[in-house]
Amino acid sequence: MSMDSRGTSRHVNLNWLGLLPFALFALLFLILPTMKIVVGAFQTPDGSFTLDNLRGLNTPSIISSYVVSIQLSLITAALGCLVGFAMAAAVIFGKLPQQVRGPLMTFSGVASNFAGVPLAFAFLATLGPVGLVTVWLRAEFGINLRALGFNLLSFWGLVVVYLFFQIPLMILIIAPALDGLKREWREAAAILGATGAQYWRMVALPILFPSLLGTFALLFANSFGAIATAFALTGPQLNIVPIKLFAQIRGDVLGDPHLGYALAFGMIVITALANGLYIWLRVRSERWLK
Amino acid sequence: MTRFFAWGTLLLGCVFFALPLVGMTEFSLKMRRGVYSLDAYAVVLADPRFQATFTYSVVMALATIVFGVLLVVPTAFWVRLKLPAARPWIEFITLLPLVIPAIVVVFGYIRLYNTSSFLPLTGSVTGTNLLLMFGYATLALPYMYRAVDTGLRTIDVATLTEAAQSLGAGWVTILARVILPNVMVAVLSGAFLTFAIVIGEFTMAALLNRPAFGPFMQLLGANRAYEPAALAVIAFAITWACMALIQLATRFSRHMRVQR
Repeated sequence: MSMDSRGTSRHVNLNWLGLLPFALFALLFLILPTMKIVVGAFQTPDGSFTLDNLRGLNTPSIISSYVVSIQLSLITAALGCLVGFAMAAAVIFGKLPQQVRGPLMTFSGVASNFAGVPLAFAFLATLGPVGLVTVWLRAEFGINLRALGFNLLSFWGLVVVYLFFQIPLMILIIAPALDGLKREWREAAAILGATGAQYWRMVALPILFPSLLGTFALLFANSFGAIATAFALTGPQLNIVPIKLFAQIRGDVLGDPHLGYALAFGMIVITALANGLYIWLRVRSERWLK
Repeated sequence: MTRFFAWGTLLLGCVFFALPLVGMTEFSLKMRRGVYSLDAYAVVLADPRFQATFTYSVVMALATIVFGVLLVVPTAFWVRLKLPAARPWIEFITLLPLVIPAIVVVFGYIRLYNTSSFLPLTGSVTGTNLLLMFGYATLALPYMYRAVDTGLRTIDVATLTEAAQSLGAGWVTILARVILPNVMVAVLSGAFLTFAIVIGEFTMAALLNRPAFGPFMQLLGANRAYEPAALAVIAFAITWACMALIQLATRFSRHMRVQR
């Protein structure tokens, strides 16, 4: 503080120099690469402006990959929010022993980082064709999952796998918000004659709504950008955007690198919208939950 | 009634989380027909590709941690001490890696730093390793910066700095011998998280064609039956160990604070 008070404008300029290494790093390895993609999405190979790349996205296969990706992200985010909320609420309001909470939060920290290739292996060993649960159900109860229409290497199989990191992420983020619900609000509602359901419908959920919707957006972006799990599970053939982009970068299957720019640009737009929503709602929810 | 539903929800959730872990562990032990054995682990651990890729990823993780600490600690310190106005901007930038998918970032690297560019990092092995390390540092940035910034909040940066300065310390001494020891716990939790992220990372290493552990796991998963389950158990154990170390570090810091 005292240094600033004797600082002249020359000092202030020197202060900004302290951020130079960080600024340089962010510029070279975060901002410029992203800008390269965004600008490249609007460029022809010789550098002039065009909208053809974005128009090039308008093929049945690419559109369906976006649709599948968005559906996958919406469903896993919704189910993740629902189940994660239920579990967090159970632990915080369900009159469970205090010792349950710590381990659950620690495990959520582990599981939300246990995504990617190993997670795919874990599920293959469990729900795959010769996995633990598959074999057990067939041997003990004569239930054939495959015959019932469940296939781990399908869309719904992927949903089940993604929930393994979506639910813990929800628990991690929503638990502090649930803690922020003040006991007085519930008591006040009870004094006014509200039932538990009325309290949740008319007090708690409206207050939590920005947090819930914001976390939903975060979960959506989280699953939209994920590739390793799906890639390890189903290989390169599954038709979701990150895998399509991966194949495009690897082998230029579409024969046009600028279509890759457009694909990646589409991803940035979608995750940026989701995260913009998250940040906006987070600011709103912090008004109540201090 | 409430308690009944609470227990039900919790138990159902626990079953969902436990089953894949049990499944992968059980499967990893089944390599020898009829009996449980550690054969899959023996095969994996003896595989020279496992040793090579795992060592590579560990070295990359350590390099990323060192680079991340050198980048983040002075920046977070400087922002807190001299440029509080810059905080929202820095925070925004450090959160960007959560917004922009890793695959998009690495695609940008490949197009930006190819052999014909102003900084041809992908032209040599060392350059590509360096680029991958910067990529990992980007992935870890949100966690690292938040951890360090939270650590700095618990100490009086301005007073410590002035005290050190009046004793004649320069900036390097202040950072290395005053600030860093004080935020060590925060730096450690950031470091363990970075380690967990880098060890299993797949996309960046695969697209930059580096022999890391993540792509090796994927390759083995496509070709073998029991070894991948053993690898998954190992990876899970590493993640778990990293989280346990974070908890330990946090608990340790609480003791220190009580003593003061």
